[in-house]
Amino acid sequence: MSTAETREARARRTPGLVPVSETLRTTGRPVASDAAGTAAGPAGDAADAAPSADGAPLAGAAPIADGAPTAHAAGAAGVGEVSGAPARRFGSFWRLLGSELGLTFRRPRNLVMLAVLASVPVILGVALRLVTDDMDAEGRGGGMGGLVASVAGNSLMLAFASLSFLVVLLMPVAVSVVAGDAIAGEAGGGTLRYLLAAPAGRTRLLTVKYLNAVVFSFATAAVVAGSALVTGLALFPVGPVTLLSGTTVSVADGLLRVLISVGYVGAGMAALAAVALALSTFTEVPIGAIAGTVVLVIVAQVLRAVPQLEPISPYLLPTWLTRFDGALRAPVDFGAMRDGLLAFGAYILLFGSVAWARFTGKDITS
Amino acid sequence: MTAVTLDAGAPFGAAPPSARPAIVTRGLTKRFRGGQVAVDALDLSVPRGSVYGFLGPNGSGKTTTIRMLLGLVAPTSGEHELLGLPLGEALPRVGALVEGPAFYPYLSGEANLRRFDAADPTAPPATARRRVAEALDRVGLAAAAGKRYRTYSLGMRQRLAIAAALLGPRELLILDEPTNGLDPQGTREVRSLVKEIAAGGTTVFVSSHLLAEVEQMCTHAAVMRAGRLVAQGSMASLGGGQVPRVRVRTPDTADALRVLRSLGLADVRADGPEPGDGVSAELGGHAPERVNAALVGEGVAVRGFAVERPSLEDVFVRLTGEGFDVDG
Repeated sequence: MSTAETREARARRTPGLVPVSETLRTTGRPVASDAAGTAAGPAGDAADAAPSADGAPLAGAAPIADGAPTAHAAGAAGVGEVSGAPARRFGSFWRLLGSELGLTFRRPRNLVMLAVLASVPVILGVALRLVTDDMDAEGRGGGMGGLVASVAGNSLMLAFASLSFLVVLLMPVAVSVVAGDAIAGEAGGGTLRYLLAAPAGRTRLLTVKYLNAVVFSFATAAVVAGSALVTGLALFPVGPVTLLSGTTVSVADGLLRVLISVGYVGAGMAALAAVALALSTFTEVPIGAIAGTVVLVIVAQVLRAVPQLEPISPYLLPTWLTRFDGALRAPVDFGAMRDGLLAFGAYILLFGSVAWARFTGKDITS
Repeated sequence: MTAVTLDAGAPFGAAPPSARPAIVTRGLTKRFRGGQVAVDALDLSVPRGSVYGFLGPNGSGKTTTIRMLLGLVAPTSGEHELLGLPLGEALPRVGALVEGPAFYPYLSGEANLRRFDAADPTAPPATARRRVAEALDRVGLAAAAGKRYRTYSLGMRQRLAIAAALLGPRELLILDEPTNGLDPQGTREVRSLVKEIAAGGTTVFVSSHLLAEVEQMCTHAAVMRAGRLVAQGSMASLGGGQVPRVRVRTPDTADALRVLRSLGLADVRADGPEPGDGVSAELGGHAPERVNAALVGEGVAVRGFAVERPSLEDVFVRLTGEGFDVDG
């Protein structure tokens, strides 16, 4: 049989395609048996071409049983994918991302972490409230520190205070757990081999894993800010906000600035997630990738604290994580935040590339 | 039997995908870091529609081969092809069970299957619920669908893994030790499931170290030893070197030999020097009951009469020359 003939046969089959998605049972349907009929030629060739050592048992059974699914499959590959593939591939990407997000945000461990993050602003708020009450009672109101004073003075300030407190360690830990677990956790549990055999596709899976970590990053920032806002509203006066620069802005303006801070901190956490994801591709032990990332964060904090190492501090991620205080100035100091976002972008690019290079070339032996 | 040649033209030639074997490998080799050769120049050819037993002792390279077939491990050299298609196109049509079940312990069986279904870019989400339910039903897990995987027994986990391999319409199933951890009943169910799937036209590639299992399920088999393929072919051709023999226990050795020769049986011989050791011969096309009747008719005292077929184990032992030890 010539290739031209084959192509023709395939083309003829195309109108009667049975979607690949149909189950095996449907191959018995009229459409499918029609396809089987036209496929008899090539399938018959298959039997002829089969190694002679394989003997009789197959030769009779294979063409009919096997011809139908492969015939329409070949047709689908040739024609169906031209029109439907991009949209379907796009849809399937969102489906996998949805599955990933579902896993992340339903997993008890992650929910506990978010709950802990949400509880810190509450504890912080209550503590500050008690402190200010004591001070008021003792009539020493004038001696309050900057942070205590500003939080006590306005409900929105608790959000900034909480973010700058948690962004140092607790939020990085939470993000490291999710992003560090991303590949290593699947590898350690053995599910990675089934995902890839599905086939999830290595680049596709890595992209989904990273986007999932990014969503979780922003979620941590949003949860902290949300919890702090609610606590602040309950415990402290609502009204125009006095910023670090001394200017007073409206509540709406203040909320916008909280939102900017959440976005900035989320982006910073997303950069950290890229680091954790890269480490995650190097191990089958999730705790290794998680601890590794947290250790890196702590080491960076320590390095920043050494005055002699000042020149390297712009290259360290934690240097930039707290720079959202630009949102507390009037006008908003976008310069500092822009530099921070560029640093985050560089981290994402660098460690994303490392993760990709490692993961796409890795032997999955777990 | 060691030199099993492949049809070299078929694998990567111009034949349409549906005309090519379900699995072809050519010179497939995996050398792990540290120099250990797990798979050495493997030439497999798995015909469409076959139930193909992939045999070998533990550590003979079966799983590494399967991992290479599925694109999990990159071969050091050589090439392979599934269903005559590029790997990415072939995999959605391949159901796989690799080295035991692996699922998310905190999800239910159903949620686990939906998770893996979501990973397949070609799986239509609209039918996911139905396909998951059908797959669970097929392996008898419908009642446990809502239970967390953590609470599943080993047998249930194995079944869930098989269900995951049956999520879509498959043209090829690759099952690595599918009956591991199953009780005898579960083993039988898996066997009948494999037969049922194969009857639907799906090629089944099943690795095992259980010879009896392969003998009962498979139409074809390949034998691995220390990373090398020592034999492959249909079950008939694998057993081809050994034909059924008739064995007669009798004190009348001389008479028995004479009768068997006169019937035209081949390779007639006494099984031992003593008179009571009996005789044996290749049965060929003769009906055993006729042979027995002829012996008795000629006055041979037949104390025992048996037809012995060579088991796959005999073949295997002949090929590998030793038991199922782990090869370093």
